[in-house]
Amino acid sequence: MDIFIQQILNGLVLGSIYALIALGYTMVYGIMGLINFAHGEVVMFGAMVCITVVSTLMHSGVDLPGWAIVLIGTLVAIPACALLGFVIERVAYRPLRGAQRLAPLITAIGLSITLQQVAILIWGRNYIPFPDLLNSDTVSIMGASITKLQVMIVVLCVVLMAGLLVIVEKTKLGRAMRATSQNPSVAGLMGVNVNTIISATFMLGSALGAIAGVMVATNYSQAHYYMGFMIGLKAFTAAVLGGIGNLGGAVAGGILLGIIESLGAGYIGQLTGGFLGSNYQDIFAFMVLILVLIFRPSGLLGEKMADRA
Amino acid sequence: MTKALDSKKLGLFIACGIALCVLPFVVGGALGNSWVRIVDFALLYVMLALGLNIVVGFAGLLDLGFIAFYAVGAYTYALLGSPHFGIHWPFYVTIPLGALFAAFFGILLGTPVLRLKGDYLAIVTLGFGEIVRIFMNNLNAPINITNGPQGINLIDPIHVGGVDLGSPINLFGLSLPPVYLYYYLFLVLTVLVVIMASRLQHSRIGRAWVALREDQVAASAMGINIRNIKLLAFALGALSGGVAGGLFSAFQGFVSPESFSLLESIMILAMIVLGGMGNIAGVILGAVVLTIAPEILRDVIGPLQMKTMGRMLIDPENARMLLFGIAMVVMMLVRPEGMLPSKRRKAEFKDAKEAAAQKG
Repeated sequence: MDIFIQQILNGLVLGSIYALIALGYTMVYGIMGLINFAHGEVVMFGAMVCITVVSTLMHSGVDLPGWAIVLIGTLVAIPACALLGFVIERVAYRPLRGAQRLAPLITAIGLSITLQQVAILIWGRNYIPFPDLLNSDTVSIMGASITKLQVMIVVLCVVLMAGLLVIVEKTKLGRAMRATSQNPSVAGLMGVNVNTIISATFMLGSALGAIAGVMVATNYSQAHYYMGFMIGLKAFTAAVLGGIGNLGGAVAGGILLGIIESLGAGYIGQLTGGFLGSNYQDIFAFMVLILVLIFRPSGLLGEKMADRA
Repeated sequence: MTKALDSKKLGLFIACGIALCVLPFVVGGALGNSWVRIVDFALLYVMLALGLNIVVGFAGLLDLGFIAFYAVGAYTYALLGSPHFGIHWPFYVTIPLGALFAAFFGILLGTPVLRLKGDYLAIVTLGFGEIVRIFMNNLNAPINITNGPQGINLIDPIHVGGVDLGSPINLFGLSLPPVYLYYYLFLVLTVLVVIMASRLQHSRIGRAWVALREDQVAASAMGINIRNIKLLAFALGALSGGVAGGLFSAFQGFVSPESFSLLESIMILAMIVLGGMGNIAGVILGAVVLTIAPEILRDVIGPLQMKTMGRMLIDPENARMLLFGIAMVVMMLVRPEGMLPSKRRKAEFKDAKEAAAQKG
């Protein structure tokens, strides 16, 4: 039983990170109707930038508590990734707006490869360890243990999602975003600067991606130039599971996917009589993706989309 | 066919044939046997790209997991022709078997995704490719089937009529190393795949694919069975992939999951996109350019840096992939229809652009 609770807790941590990244996919999809394949790379850059800042600060001998150093690293990573998101949209998507659907997909893949190679160029091919700065005491809940860092991750994710919801629902920017996603040309007629809104959406999603990247790096204590690929794919799955284009759906999908994955990895050995082990963890996300697209392509909370899927 | 054989075309045809026959000697003589090997790989990629072109170019179904079929073909050959299980079946059994398996996997993938289009289809096929790779990587325990990440080695070379293509043979006092022998085998099969693809393109099925690609609803209204025609595209594409996989296995003598990564799928997709989707000549051009160009870059980037800057700033592998990524982006922005587009595809791109212009 405590394995069950342990896996649920692990899944919750993993799932809230997926949710944060899924928000980036879903916002862009909601507004432009395309999948930003390079979003995973934005997450990776967030982690890498943060690590660089953190280790520079540590080597310079600044006398700050660990959490403050990580906070500074994150605060540098956020604008860096927002800028990256802005550039990605400008270079790869804006010139192709309205072109055949294949074209933006291919540029996104090309961009993804380019960004990975740039990361190799800057940070090399090896795993980079995240300095051990944060409190890793464990708290025990009903026989299962969770680190304080992981509790922080979940809490922070909830706060960020609530913040995003406030931006989208209550502010002028959010109203413009919703209008653009419903109908860009009419939004334009109403005085919304559609290009600015699209840029803002990319930047907002990328900023969330940067924070998620830092979370992944602290949670696993390492970062790698290729880390964005798998996590991006899973977050995308989460967005589809929840109903792409729907913010609440991305959150629900993320958390659900995280839990499915942890439970799956925890129990697959027992279920298959030891034939398949936890090294098949990555398969679950794809299975979920395929099943959702077959049986409910609009996702859990998505509206019915006749021709999109 | 009688029309195609007028004297001018026949002349060109024969010239091309002779050029292709002497190519390995020219390349081998001028640049060495390692380049003949690269030419062999170019032929394998032509087969793969033509297979994927049936799915993406003809039928318009975006597939990012194509490498899985290559893997199925390769592993079928490897498992039935290596000391791993102690089975040594001849190639004329294992390669067709691999192709059939691949086609079966094509239908297996095709069935659940019949309703999907565009980006969604791309992601699901990508997931499928990854699932196949993860299984190959992990199916070494508890029963060792694929030998996991170590892969399978000592795979039998192909024997044709008592001739072992895996060791050099003497012909009129000339010693022909295996890369030359495989070149001719690959050439024959590539020609077969080209013929299959071009006959398909101009057949009733090919026209049905065009209709499907341009407007699925209209195609269905004209009496085309969408389900069958889509599955046929997946199966036939996978078939070519499976054949290429079996050949790869025999040629390399070694397979491991590493050879079947997502990047390979992207590479093959890039070949047909850069070459000119839907156009057989364009796809062949794309495959050849994208196989040869990186190899040239490999030879050029390192020495060039040593010469100009005196030291290695960027390692060649890194620079190569960087250029590849940038080329993909630039190509899409500048010439999305590819180097040698088919007329019809070009018109579709123009249509999409005009429709967007009217809408926006």
